Amino acid sequence: MDILSQLVQLVINGLLSGAVLAMPAIGFTLMFAVLGFPNFGISGHLAVGAFAGWVLNAVYGWSIWLVIPCGFVAAGLVGVATDALVFRRMRTAAPITLAIISVAVTLFLENALRFGFGNTLRTYTVPLTRDWQVGGFRIGTQQVETAAWSLCVMAVLFCVLRYTQLGRALRATADNRALAGVKGIDTQGIARLVVFIGMGLAGASGILLGIDTSIDPLIGFRIMLAVFAAAVVGGLGSVPGAVLGAFVIGIAEEVSQIVLPAVYKSAVGFVLILLFLTFRPSGLLGERR
Amino acid sequence: MDQYLIAMGTFACIYGLMTISLNLSWGITGMVNLGIAGFFGIGAYTSALLTTGLHWPVALGIVAAMVAGAVAGAGLTFATLRLRDDYLAIVTLGFAEIVRLVIMNELWLTNGSDGISGIPAPFPRTYGYAFALPFLGLMLMVLGVCYLLSTRLLHSPYGRVLRAIRDDNEVTAVAGKDVVRFKLKTFALSTAIAGAAGALYGHYTSFIAPDVFAPLLTIYIFLALTIGGTGNARGAVLGAFILIAILESSRFFPHLMPGFSAVQHAALREMLVAVVFVVCLMFRPDGLLPERRVKRTETPRAGDA
Repeated sequence: MDILSQLVQLVINGLLSGAVLAMPAIGFTLMFAVLGFPNFGISGHLAVGAFAGWVLNAVYGWSIWLVIPCGFVAAGLVGVATDALVFRRMRTAAPITLAIISVAVTLFLENALRFGFGNTLRTYTVPLTRDWQVGGFRIGTQQVETAAWSLCVMAVLFCVLRYTQLGRALRATADNRALAGVKGIDTQGIARLVVFIGMGLAGASGILLGIDTSIDPLIGFRIMLAVFAAAVVGGLGSVPGAVLGAFVIGIAEEVSQIVLPAVYKSAVGFVLILLFLTFRPSGLLGERR
Repeated sequence: MDQYLIAMGTFACIYGLMTISLNLSWGITGMVNLGIAGFFGIGAYTSALLTTGLHWPVALGIVAAMVAGAVAGAGLTFATLRLRDDYLAIVTLGFAEIVRLVIMNELWLTNGSDGISGIPAPFPRTYGYAFALPFLGLMLMVLGVCYLLSTRLLHSPYGRVLRAIRDDNEVTAVAGKDVVRFKLKTFALSTAIAGAAGALYGHYTSFIAPDVFAPLLTIYIFLALTIGGTGNARGAVLGAFILIAILESSRFFPHLMPGFSAVQHAALREMLVAVVFVVCLMFRPDGLLPERRVKRTETPRAGDA
């Protein structure tokens, strides 16, 4: 395979993995916009969603497509619970304190999963499919399906944010919390909803990631850097930015394999974080700061 | 038993260096360092490689570890100094992971997950007290020096600027202080100390491997500093000793709760660490030895409150 078609193949792979990466990246950036701190709990909740899905799919035999919304709800509910137990009491604390606490939340969730399920790799029961061959390029059917799922979820989210009363309230709270409160918006309720959506997105993406490979309690931790990178490259706090950033990171990670060993995939995201923070801290689509 | 206590004391001193480091950046200046394990690792590997591979003297290895820590710290903060502190949290968290990735995969240099063994000590490694006691003495001395220096720093005009930066970036800048420079220097100093801690850890145990620098270590240091009290070096050191006591006493868990596997015990222990940490931050964020607010030297005027 010549270098050009190899590049095209890598870009295709990158687009497909970027589509899945976009979900937790949206969750991360949305929570940052509304709650005002980087919520590192996202990697723990991603794992919670993945395991909730695994129990329903591999133990109870539910179809994988039915399981994805369940993973969303499970991770979202756990997110709302940690929010009510911990973060709601600390809304006025410094963002950095909240960020550190969110690391502890991830530590707790990952170890709760480790307690229940151990460290072994687990896989979902999904029908095996043959890869498509299109004009000499290999396209994984499974990856296309997960990417399509991700795009559907994002489309729904986009419509909610853009066209509903709720979406307007949410965006207003992200813009200016105090002002939104004055206007009669229930900012606490919005905060809870954002945590539900954000962690839910992470949880559903945990299942999508797991379909492709396998899951273990550290599944979220491993793609954490890529999620941060997608959010920062797109502009922290910008939802369309997170989607664009996810595709950029997905493609960059794949294309980097021409020159870098595959183990350094996650280093690509880190380098892009440093480059963007140095030269364009507001990211591709961010407006603030 | 005495041997055990000496070893624990030595580890507490190493942790104490890291809590002092974190106190400098987070406690005093407000710059969070979620990658302290990474700087610890860089220091440990720098000194271990130089003393085993190139046969440098141990003292020079430790100095090199501090330089490596400082350079990494300065380089890392360079990108984020002008931005909100959240960005530093993201960058440092990612940094620790990259350090671990490199250590795991550059086998030619670091020997990967097998680690490096046979790291020399500053004095002959004999069994029993002849090695352990002098090393504990050395560590107490190093910790004491760091403690005194950081206390002095805290009460110097320089330290006042740092606390001012923590409490309000912009006001400090308006007052004519070069906030970015102060932050850069302080962060580099703190990561140099973390590097030294890593180097000393390697020279003490003679063996280092990537799993020593897992992200959990960073959480431990945050926990220690939060329990002890941020903003002052006494709290930092006290926290390190309490942390070691907690971690060591949790070794007896398995006896209290038989019927769980080793993995489950480890998981329970880390869940407990997470809960204690969150509870501390929620209900007693100032720790056991809170920072004493600077006393006014002049009598407050009317209108000052």
